[in-house]
Amino acid sequence: MLRLPEFTLHRPKSVRDAVAIMSEHGALARFVAGGTDLYPNMKRRVQQPMQVISLQNVSELHEVSGSPETGLDVGAMVTLRHLETDPVVAEHYPGVQHAAEVISTPLLRNMGTIGGNLLLDTRCNYYDQSFEWREGVNFCMKCDGDTCWVAPSSPRCWAVQSSDSVPLLAAMGVEVTLVGPEGERRIPLPQLYQDDGIDYTTKKHEELLTKVHLPAVGNWRATYKKLRRRDTFDFPVLGVGACLWFDGDLCEKAEIYIGGAGSWAMRAQEACELLEGKPLKDGEPATRELLEAAGLTAFKPTRTMDNTDHEVAWRKKMAPIFVRRALEECLRGEVATTR
Amino acid sequence: MAGTDQDSTPDQPDPLLSGPAECGKHHHDADSAELRVIGKAWRKIDARSRATGQTKYADDLSLPRMLHMKLLRSTVAHANIKSIDTSKAEAMDGVIAVSTGAELPHTFGILPVSQDEHALCPDKVRFIGDPVAAVAAVDEETAWEACRKIEVEYEKLDPVTSVFEAANSPENRIHDYGRGGNLHRQENLEFGDLKAGFDEADHVREDMFFFEGNTHLPMEEHATLAFSDPDGKLCVMSSTQTPHYLHKALAKVLQDHLPAHKIRVIACPNGGGFGGKSDPFNHEIAAAWLSMKTGRPVKVCLTREEVFYTHRGRHPVLMKSKMAVSKTGRIKSLDFESHLDGGSYGSYGTASTFYTGALQCVTYPVENYHFRGARWFTNKAPCGPKRGHGTPQPRFALECQLDKVAVDLGINPATLRKNNLTEAFSLTANWMRIGSMGLGECIDKVVEGSGFMEKWGNLPEGKGIGLACSSYLSGAGLPIYWNAMPHSGVQLKLDRSGLVTVFCGSTDIGQGSNSILAYIVAEVFGLEPQDLRVVTSDTDLTPVDLGSYSSRVTVMTGNAALQAAERARDAMVGPIAKKLEIPKNQVTFAGGRVFDSANPETGMSFADAVAIAEAKLGTIGTTGSYRPPRAAARYKGGGVGPSPSYSYTAVVVEVDVDPETGIYTVDKLWCAHDVGRALNPALVIGQVEGGLYMGLGEAMMEEMAYRGNRFGVHKIPSMLEYKQPTSMDMPEIVTYLVEDPDPNGPFGAKEAGQGPLNPVMPGVANAVYDAVGVRVDEVPVTPEKVFDAMQKKAKGKDGRYGPTKLPNIEWPDSRKVRTPWQGGTGYDIEREEQMKKEKEAAAASSNQEGNA
Amino acid sequence: MPVSKVFGAFVVNGERHEVAYPPHHTLLEVLREECDLTGTKHGCELGECGACTVRIDGKPVLSCLVLAQEVEGSDHRIDTIEGLQNGPDLHPLQDFFAELGASQCGYCSAGFLMSASELLEQNANPTRQEIKEALAGNICRCTGYIKIFEAVELAAARLRGEDAEPTKEMLHGRD
Repeated sequence: MLRLPEFTLHRPKSVRDAVAIMSEHGALARFVAGGTDLYPNMKRRVQQPMQVISLQNVSELHEVSGSPETGLDVGAMVTLRHLETDPVVAEHYPGVQHAAEVISTPLLRNMGTIGGNLLLDTRCNYYDQSFEWREGVNFCMKCDGDTCWVAPSSPRCWAVQSSDSVPLLAAMGVEVTLVGPEGERRIPLPQLYQDDGIDYTTKKHEELLTKVHLPAVGNWRATYKKLRRRDTFDFPVLGVGACLWFDGDLCEKAEIYIGGAGSWAMRAQEACELLEGKPLKDGEPATRELLEAAGLTAFKPTRTMDNTDHEVAWRKKMAPIFVRRALEECLRGEVATTR
Repeated sequence: MAGTDQDSTPDQPDPLLSGPAECGKHHHDADSAELRVIGKAWRKIDARSRATGQTKYADDLSLPRMLHMKLLRSTVAHANIKSIDTSKAEAMDGVIAVSTGAELPHTFGILPVSQDEHALCPDKVRFIGDPVAAVAAVDEETAWEACRKIEVEYEKLDPVTSVFEAANSPENRIHDYGRGGNLHRQENLEFGDLKAGFDEADHVREDMFFFEGNTHLPMEEHATLAFSDPDGKLCVMSSTQTPHYLHKALAKVLQDHLPAHKIRVIACPNGGGFGGKSDPFNHEIAAAWLSMKTGRPVKVCLTREEVFYTHRGRHPVLMKSKMAVSKTGRIKSLDFESHLDGGSYGSYGTASTFYTGALQCVTYPVENYHFRGARWFTNKAPCGPKRGHGTPQPRFALECQLDKVAVDLGINPATLRKNNLTEAFSLTANWMRIGSMGLGECIDKVVEGSGFMEKWGNLPEGKGIGLACSSYLSGAGLPIYWNAMPHSGVQLKLDRSGLVTVFCGSTDIGQGSNSILAYIVAEVFGLEPQDLRVVTSDTDLTPVDLGSYSSRVTVMTGNAALQAAERARDAMVGPIAKKLEIPKNQVTFAGGRVFDSANPETGMSFADAVAIAEAKLGTIGTTGSYRPPRAAARYKGGGVGPSPSYSYTAVVVEVDVDPETGIYTVDKLWCAHDVGRALNPALVIGQVEGGLYMGLGEAMMEEMAYRGNRFGVHKIPSMLEYKQPTSMDMPEIVTYLVEDPDPNGPFGAKEAGQGPLNPVMPGVANAVYDAVGVRVDEVPVTPEKVFDAMQKKAKGKDGRYGPTKLPNIEWPDSRKVRTPWQGGTGYDIEREEQMKKEKEAAAASSNQEGNA
Repeated sequence: MPVSKVFGAFVVNGERHEVAYPPHHTLLEVLREECDLTGTKHGCELGECGACTVRIDGKPVLSCLVLAQEVEGSDHRIDTIEGLQNGPDLHPLQDFFAELGASQCGYCSAGFLMSASELLEQNANPTRQEIKEALAGNICRCTGYIKIFEAVELAAARLRGEDAEPTKEMLHGRD
């Protein structure tokens, strides 16, 4: 049986205490929310904190406040299962409901939290392996080694952004609150990330992600399209978050983020510009052409590599299609429950 | 049971003394209406235990003072071991013993011709995962940490990771035995006049196919608990499908320390096997040795990653098939070549190689047949037998090729197959003896149920329907090691409480083999299955059964159980008849009673009947045994393929392909399986549905992928990344059971465990063709491959994804065998001529003697 | 170094288990190795197979990824396969798993049963699609899932107080 390494568990009851314990132990400590990402990583010995700070007993992190009219504030420890099944989320934030329900499995969604999903470790099939397996490739740059095996001449790590919630919430303009020893800050979600497989987040080690602020409902529609082998279990090998703001048929603003295709969710700047200010009507050839063009443009910044499931060449070719389909869904106001 | 046995009773020889059951001896032609247990959907006798968490699998066992074992496995794919230093590990607090290969010098392996494994590698490692040392410690964490402290110095050799590399680097040998270089086996068999068939044919086509390897992935990770009985005997409890073969391997490797009769192997209920627990394994032997060395119980439970290294799964096979057909699709000649990527050890590989050529002629008649097969060693986890053993790969090739032939000839694929069925009770070109043959009815069922005739070629773009068929053996005709003993033995104990205990060496891996024993014996005694006690898979207590592999268990243990039960019942009849003062042929066993068939009120409970018989005869115990009938194939190489009977399966698959992405779903599956007779239809359906599921996994997503350019690591040794179908992937399934009883089966039964898997992969590929007009000549049929083929087609190229070359090697001269219709004898021509000469010489010498 | 243990109490199937256990062990390990409740299985220990599913405070979760310390004490209710039956009587789910052969090797059954029991408490009349989704975290390699789906449907019917009998097609195939 694969077992955890030995460590000390802390179970603070408040954000303040949690941050204080973290500040005390520094680099040797880790926060744990649902445990569905950290514990497998610990069993594989890619993470070996001596101190683990559980957030289960921090009741303030489990709360949801606000309203769709003013914006919903979701505590970081709210489970993915809650987002999937909550009627308010389903009615007003169907994209969020969908992005939650396509994450891993029902069992893991009962355990996994929105905060944990936003900070999901980057993934790579040279990294998500046991100690013994990694010994066979002399380890990799992300843990214990020097080489990035997916691109051996690369000076950087190419582990993949694999959270389903990130591309969607980034497109929607979600903000998050971080609490550290020096106080609290609220930032747009995209600012939480940086393009590196190892240091994929800008969050300071001592900081705790406490809240996720969903925007007020309005003239926008958002969706998430996920490419994966099976309709359960699998991480995205491509995830498209798209949000369109409308004034009648006119696209006022567009936000497209592509996940699973690099070490962070990439904003498809050019594609967004292509759409903004244009009339978009479902079923019209001109719109179809525009969405196709947006798809092809959006695909440009992606950095798809051979370190996830599915063949890399095919994944690259799927990106324009999935972007177009996501935009079509936004246009129709439908959130597909299938691929 | 009443009528069935009266006729046979007077003719029976002494029931306690007669020999093993043979072909046809237990043919029950009784109507199923007379059967009270057989044919009914009883619960498995252990169903309750398995649904309540009470079943104890190997890792659920625990003993006082038990130590935990961990193996240190090679992190390099191919290397000589220069040194191993275990001193730091041994010095650790909590470490009780460390072993290396030097302590266990004797080799083992499942086949006598491939004794190429060590419990711990003494001098060479052959794949990433090969064990080099074993640690027994007070807990698993300590054992793991201790493994990290063992220092192994390797002299690295180039890893060989494909059949092409194996063929191109004969000097870089993985083993020092075989057919030279990295060629493990090479076979060349020719039946009939191949050229004549090609000359006479109306149409010839040649295709290449590739079937990627995949693994069993049983839910239970292999576990073993070894300990010494108080009198110094070794006991090994393990998740194994073949306790008898594990016993043999332990006896061989531990021969310097204790004799075979002091070793006891108990197969625990298996948490799934599918062939993956049918080799004796290094971890089983190492745990046994460490328990002897420490004098304490030692348990090992593999991690999921280690289960991938243990493997013995589906061989990757590259194939070329050249088929010559008449206008109606009759196969005039078939020239088939297969290259198996065997991985690092022999395992069952010799048999696997033959199996890629054995059943080609069993499904459809082939007039002239040529088979060439080669198995290569590579530095990957060893391949072996997975459900369908060696036959799904050629079946994929043939069924896809037949689909192409149907299109070429303008014949509906179902019609082509219906025109082309083997005859029941016939011999094939390669001397396989067909018994009952229900494929025609199977095809009718699925074609009618699915509307195949109307749908094929007529569904809208993206929707497709495909058909494929297959056959499979009901147990290998020969044992793994040559001997004349029974393949299966059953002992019965009856006592005055009315309890019947059935002892048999077979192993229940979830398929319900324990229940099959109970059903058959209960039928004979007129009892209910739950009334019996079944004791199995314990080499100390139960007579030998070779194991749960090759779909042999129902036919072989069933025949043995039937013989044992009939002997006991026949022995009881005399005393009962005397007691009731009625003729013997009126003694009837039914409903838990034994009574006068002419006057059913006159009788007694079964328990009283046993007491009467026991008083008269002494303790009631009988044995039954089974050995398959002698094969018709007498040529060298004809030992693989013969079976008491063959099952037949037809499937129709409906798919929905997204023409833009190549992503597809299987929406519905129809399957008809000719099982001879369903001893328990619910269990048969379970096997059919499970086989279809596993076939879908192989068809759509499962693959053992390695990174040849990254030291030969297994790409994805995890449940998450080795993709297997989930609840979300299962289509609607319609199952038809076709019952065409076979005289060699108990009550006519044939196999169900493996056959239904085989046609699924070609069925999916053929349906994808019907949907979007492209051929994926490779398994798995992934969206990538469908997309690639569609893009080629859109550019005006051949809409195909598949292999284009095979290793180019020299073949030895073929062994030529005349077919039955050429007047052959089953021996190869060379042997026939030799025999003729011997006969002539003998005749000449006797003439001379006569003259003198 | 051999691992050291701490003392703790767990409420499992309504009974208090006072045990010594290594503090870094998961609930899976404590249930199997300290409480002797081996009905809960493991197939990967990484959250990738569902064999170790138990219910904590009603919710089905993976015991291989729950730290035992987190669910210690009387605040948490842990339910395992051993507690599903009522005395000698099988839960309808177990009964139909046995009846239809939804347990073949049985190794995944505990996990499926724990997932399914929660589904039926939340949804008395689930559709086939809802059943598939509820069981989408549990892998079975034997049955092809069909008999599991059918068993859940029949159990749901019985729990609703309806007559629930397997159809002929479930047990004998289509004619």
